[in-house]
Amino acid sequence: MTDAREPPAHIEIRDVTMAYGASVIQRDLSFTINRGDIFVIMGGSGCGKSTLLKHMLGLITPSSGDILYEGTSFFQASAAQQGAMRQRWGITYQSGGLFSAMTLAENITLPLELYTDYTPAEITDIVAYKLALVGLAGYQSYYPSAISGGMQKRAALARAIALDPEILFFDEPSAGLDPITSRLLDELIVQIKESMGATVVLVTHELPSIFAIATNSVYLDNLSRTMIAYGNPAELRDHSTQPVVRQFLTRSAAAATEDKA
Amino acid sequence: MNSQPPDYQLSDEGPDASSLVLSGDWVQGQNPASFNKVKSELSSIHPARLTTDGSALGTWDSVLMAFLLQCHDYCHAQGITFATRNMPQGIEKLLAVATAVEAHPQLVQDSPSWLSSFNPLHALHNAVGDLQESLAFTGEVTVALVRLARGKANTRFTDFRNFCYQAGPDAFAIISLTSVLVGMILGYLGAVQLQQFGAEIYVANLVVIGMLREMGVLMTAVVMAGRTGAAYAAQLGTMQTNEEIDAITTMGISPVEFLVLPRMLALIIIMPLLTIYANLLGIVGGGIVAGGLGIAPLQYILQGETALSFTHIVVGLLKSLVFATLIAIAGCRAGMNSGRSSAAVGQAATNAVVTALIYLIVADAAINILFQQLGL
Repeated sequence: MTDAREPPAHIEIRDVTMAYGASVIQRDLSFTINRGDIFVIMGGSGCGKSTLLKHMLGLITPSSGDILYEGTSFFQASAAQQGAMRQRWGITYQSGGLFSAMTLAENITLPLELYTDYTPAEITDIVAYKLALVGLAGYQSYYPSAISGGMQKRAALARAIALDPEILFFDEPSAGLDPITSRLLDELIVQIKESMGATVVLVTHELPSIFAIATNSVYLDNLSRTMIAYGNPAELRDHSTQPVVRQFLTRSAAAATEDKA
Repeated sequence: MNSQPPDYQLSDEGPDASSLVLSGDWVQGQNPASFNKVKSELSSIHPARLTTDGSALGTWDSVLMAFLLQCHDYCHAQGITFATRNMPQGIEKLLAVATAVEAHPQLVQDSPSWLSSFNPLHALHNAVGDLQESLAFTGEVTVALVRLARGKANTRFTDFRNFCYQAGPDAFAIISLTSVLVGMILGYLGAVQLQQFGAEIYVANLVVIGMLREMGVLMTAVVMAGRTGAAYAAQLGTMQTNEEIDAITTMGISPVEFLVLPRMLALIIIMPLLTIYANLLGIVGGGIVAGGLGIAPLQYILQGETALSFTHIVVGLLKSLVFATLIAIAGCRAGMNSGRSSAAVGQAATNAVVTALIYLIVADAAINILFQQLGL
């Protein structure tokens, strides 16, 4: 199935069509995400970015096509294999997805208890470390409802990296965050990616984030309902043959030059 | 792959400086030394500077990072200069990220002792607080009702209609089951006693009066408290969690008018109807038992008719109005005052049912005593 000489791409999207019933969201999506990439899925509102992410996470089955992780199809794998694959992922949901009935420490402890052999004392230390990584040292006994939205995002990130994942998925990491917090989160994502060697998949339309950290990207078009650009966002901005993509990627830059003038 | 057990070596390195040489594989399952041991050794030396050396480190994961972070925090607290050298790639960066923000002081929680829940004063205090809250809520509802009567309230008729449907037709099945069975229970209870005097025929009187005045309305209320009261609390609690109630308030709409009134009015309209239905089925249930005793259906009906009086029906219906109000208030109040987590919503639903049941029993007793005094 895969070429023996070349290692398979970390994630491969193969001819995926996403549809809710008869209404097609996006069709014929094919692209690869390499190990160590910071990959951005971008596009206008309602184009199906988050839906694509849900497909990649295996929460929705594509109506046709396949998604492969290191050459193995997720949707043809057995439940046990799927579980093993999911253990290597860390996911931060759009609204955090923290368990509201648990403290931050309990939220992060849960995956560690379920999937690792760490002793309880080690888990306590690791939870403290993960919280410190996202700048929330000392917030162990807070409930998600007692901290701000930005802190919830970071706490969700701490839970996502609890198991030192190979792939980190983010749904709108900086939505609803102030520019400074959002930049710090970007830096944090890069740091974590570099030191843990993870692949990062982001769904976002925050242009500053995209240019600051993304190494590769795909653009999902709202009108033609398929992907119309694939590549480094900075290159797409300057050289894409699709005016829509250039427009999307330069809008804030154009606005910025106007401001200066 | 051969894994080396994780280890450390604390040694002197010139005046007032120590080095902590880490070796082996610091990964899960290897149970590396806990920081507490290092801490006790460090506290006896108390150097001015501690350098952690990673030149002999094998593989590592979060266990090592957690250890280093504790080292850093301890040194920081004790005024020891903390440094690293020869660390594998990534560790220093991660450590820099992890220590960039000062730790937040730990939250001190005053965990109430389990004995305090038995403290009668505490319980009394809670009960008084609860009652005050209920009264305040009843006040808000009354104000909203007055506005509704003047046609100024933001209450939507569609909401009211939907809640009527949920409270009424949806509840038919369970009300049918419980009321037939309660009628039969009443019948058996009476039959056993009355047979001793050869007065089985009076089972009809017992069932008719028992259902109309007491059991029909009470059982309906209990079912509705569990079914509809808890649902109200859960709905409103979830809306509280989703900031929907905040949104309603900031739109200038009174949440009591918009959310509580349609629910409460629906229950007040539906409860008497359900009660009449439950009464009829309960009497049928009693008839089944009477049939088993050899009383013909017509005989049962004629005997029952002698016991039937307008007063009994009105007493039951009056009770149903009071109970409906109490269930709606208990449910909506629990929901509106719910906390903002999934656990709090569950707590609100529990509160709604428990409070409603207490209200029901107390109100039933009070109404019975009142009517006894009035001679009704």
